[in-house]
Amino acid sequence: MFRLDGKVALVTGASGGIGREIARALHAQGAVVVLSGTRQAVLEDVAASIGAEGGADRLHVCPADLSDAAAADALVACAEEKAGAPLAILVNNAGLTRDTLAIRMKDEDWNRVLDVDLAAPFRLCRAALKGMLRRRAGRIVNIASVVGVTGNAGQANYAAAKAGMIGMGKSLAQEAGSRGVTVNTVAPGFVQTAMTDVLPDAQKEKLVGSIPLGRMGQATDIAPAVVYLASDEAGWVTGATIHVNGGMAMV
Amino acid sequence: MSEIADKVKKIVVEHLGVDESKVTPDASFIDDLGADSLDTVELVMAFEEAFSVEIPEDAAEKITTVKDAIDYIEKQKAA
Repeated sequence: MFRLDGKVALVTGASGGIGREIARALHAQGAVVVLSGTRQAVLEDVAASIGAEGGADRLHVCPADLSDAAAADALVACAEEKAGAPLAILVNNAGLTRDTLAIRMKDEDWNRVLDVDLAAPFRLCRAALKGMLRRRAGRIVNIASVVGVTGNAGQANYAAAKAGMIGMGKSLAQEAGSRGVTVNTVAPGFVQTAMTDVLPDAQKEKLVGSIPLGRMGQATDIAPAVVYLASDEAGWVTGATIHVNGGMAMV
Repeated sequence: MSEIADKVKKIVVEHLGVDESKVTPDASFIDDLGADSLDTVELVMAFEEAFSVEIPEDAAEKITTVKDAIDYIEKQKAA
């Protein structure tokens, strides 16, 4: 089950903790994986690390700065060119935070997060959908966040972008459904990554206290949900949000 | 038949997978050729690409038949 043999998958933010693990998991299922991120050298390291276990020929890198609209527009074409086949799976995982309380939040903090975390995924969906609709096949998995549903003090920008991503995904799912293309969302809870390492220990302890399963998540907790949604077996699931959060928010 | 008309017809046949004989000037994409709303958008995008024209949303909405498409593109190309 859940094999992805020969399918071309593009994973953005593949140098980050969760993205790297998603790439690894898709690759383990047989997919041809194109890694994207801002830093070429890091992407190549990630590709080498995943490829060390075999299947190195099924790994490619396409560096892109998603705050640049033209770069986002061109990324799907780059992935298809590197992989030599049409895109079957798009995973919009890239994201960044600029946390601060709203009264101190600058327009720049707001715009940058909305650009990279919401506008860029839209651009990538738009580019990917054109081919997917024509081919009558495709899987889009957007990585949102639990805070897109619950909100979080200090993250008005990030929560807005992630909530936007969920609404966007549901709309695209309705547009693409008649062509057998699915669009789903995975909403991770608090996962141990560089993005959450910066939180103060006291806040982390408090967070863990609010998680019924009693621990922060690992990237390996998230990736299998993406594999499922990317698979043929998930062909009757669209517009859904899978919450992977240790029970922190049961929505 | 003009070159544009030929090309439009070919795109419609290819895209909607219908028999060429059905693609008459008066044929409506949705009512006669089995297109859905997404098909009509994709058709317009295919026309834009094939003829290097831009078809704005309000004009696209009025292109419902094969003849509509041919007329619009011919007008754009003549301009």
